[in-house]
Amino acid sequence: MGMNLEGLSKWMEGSGPHADIIISSRIRLARNLKGLPFPPFMDEDQAARVVQMVGRAVRSPAVEAAAGRLHLQRLRELPPLARQILVEKHLISPQLAEVDGEKAVVVRDDEAVSIMVNEEDHLRIQCLLPALMLHEGWRLATALDDALEEELDYAFDQAKGYLTTCPTNAGTGLRASVMVHLPALVISRQAGQLLSALTKVGVAVRGLYGEGTEALGNLFQISNQITLGRSEEELISSLSGVAVQLADQERAAREHLYKENRWQLEDRVGRAYGILSHARVLSSQEALQLISDVRLGVDMRIIRGIDQRVLNQLTFMIQPAFLQHLAGKEMSSFERDVQRARLVREKLQG
Amino acid sequence: MLCERCQQKPASVHFTQIVNNQKTELNLCPDCARELEGQWNFSLPKFFASLLNYEPGLGLEVAGVPTRCSECGLTFTQFQQGGFLGCPECYHAFAARLDPLLRRLHGSTQHRGKVPRRAGGNLRIQREIDRLRRELQELVAQEAFERAAEVRDRIRQLEAQLER
Repeated sequence: MGMNLEGLSKWMEGSGPHADIIISSRIRLARNLKGLPFPPFMDEDQAARVVQMVGRAVRSPAVEAAAGRLHLQRLRELPPLARQILVEKHLISPQLAEVDGEKAVVVRDDEAVSIMVNEEDHLRIQCLLPALMLHEGWRLATALDDALEEELDYAFDQAKGYLTTCPTNAGTGLRASVMVHLPALVISRQAGQLLSALTKVGVAVRGLYGEGTEALGNLFQISNQITLGRSEEELISSLSGVAVQLADQERAAREHLYKENRWQLEDRVGRAYGILSHARVLSSQEALQLISDVRLGVDMRIIRGIDQRVLNQLTFMIQPAFLQHLAGKEMSSFERDVQRARLVREKLQG
Repeated sequence: MLCERCQQKPASVHFTQIVNNQKTELNLCPDCARELEGQWNFSLPKFFASLLNYEPGLGLEVAGVPTRCSECGLTFTQFQQGGFLGCPECYHAFAARLDPLLRRLHGSTQHRGKVPRRAGGNLRIQREIDRLRRELQELVAQEAFERAAEVRDRIRQLEAQLER
């Protein structure tokens, strides 16, 4: 069974609560196995054994009942470009893709469920859903976790909870995160202050692409920083609350923009749509910014007739590895810019 | 809250340091605070650094705490340099030194989340008993004695399970 690299992920469906601002929700659980060193200290044999044990566990009936049919893929057996596509789809981390060794990824067909094997921890169970669906993601992840525990001996301590390679993840091993699109807060220069205030209440913020607050495409990832001393439900509820508040702020900023600067806003959106529909050379940086403007236009009903799903797919498809995969060859940066412009034109024409 | 240095007495001296928006807190008992001040030219930055980057000779060795994990051989210094623990056993081997770090990272050293069915052992049962006890109190307050009796029997069952 090969990996379906061109398949679209569940999170790209783009419907659900607050889908106009919250693009996707992710739950990640870090788990380790008893009696083995943590991944950074394992030898090849031990690492191979972990891959084997996880491979066996995910084929168990209990796991299938909890999370559906899962496939294990050894990363070593994938060409570098294919691994890079998995990174671009947010299924695996860059670290898992880059370093050679006994590492694997377990994926469900719709890519809503995946497990990284031998990344920083032995297992990193992930659920990735569209819009604000952290609680749904948690229910799915914890059910899969329970089923895996029937087959695997987890390293767990009554006081410190799930034991993780890095103490920053100890306890619940939970990282809940949402990807949010905040163009109006960025345009009105409120994003920086608002997001840095979040870091003071235990919420981590980073630009999804690019560094710091200079997030390309106005996409930010916010996640819980604390993992120990609170229950999963508490951590998820409080992050959900923060996400909803952010969405409300963004909506208020959008309304304000529309009221005060309607023509500038409509002009910006229209120009972005025009460029995306007709450009012949597009860098990924420019494309991400323009897609953000068009997305804002679609959400605010300034432009009609563009499906949000197409914009979600484009955010992923315009990235280097996927473009080269589509072309079936390695491409220079300029060739990619041409290919990117062509793909965007075609997708927007439907 | 216990003193982060001796882990014995309650902390009543609290230091807060803010550098580049990064807040670091230190909680000591009066004895340790006095001792540290007398021991060397008490420099807070140096002390904060030393909490994470333990250097022998600064008087911060914690009595009876091994410097090496007996299971995987990792030293605490290696952990400080790389940020990764070596194996699950490291959490026990370095417990006394990890606790202050965990408290700073998470504001807590006690897991309150999910307990796995198999690896969780008795903790799962204990948590259920605690929950039922709270339920029992509420039922009694509401004078729902019949249901309270059921809950009480369930608690006894679970307690018997714990003793086995």
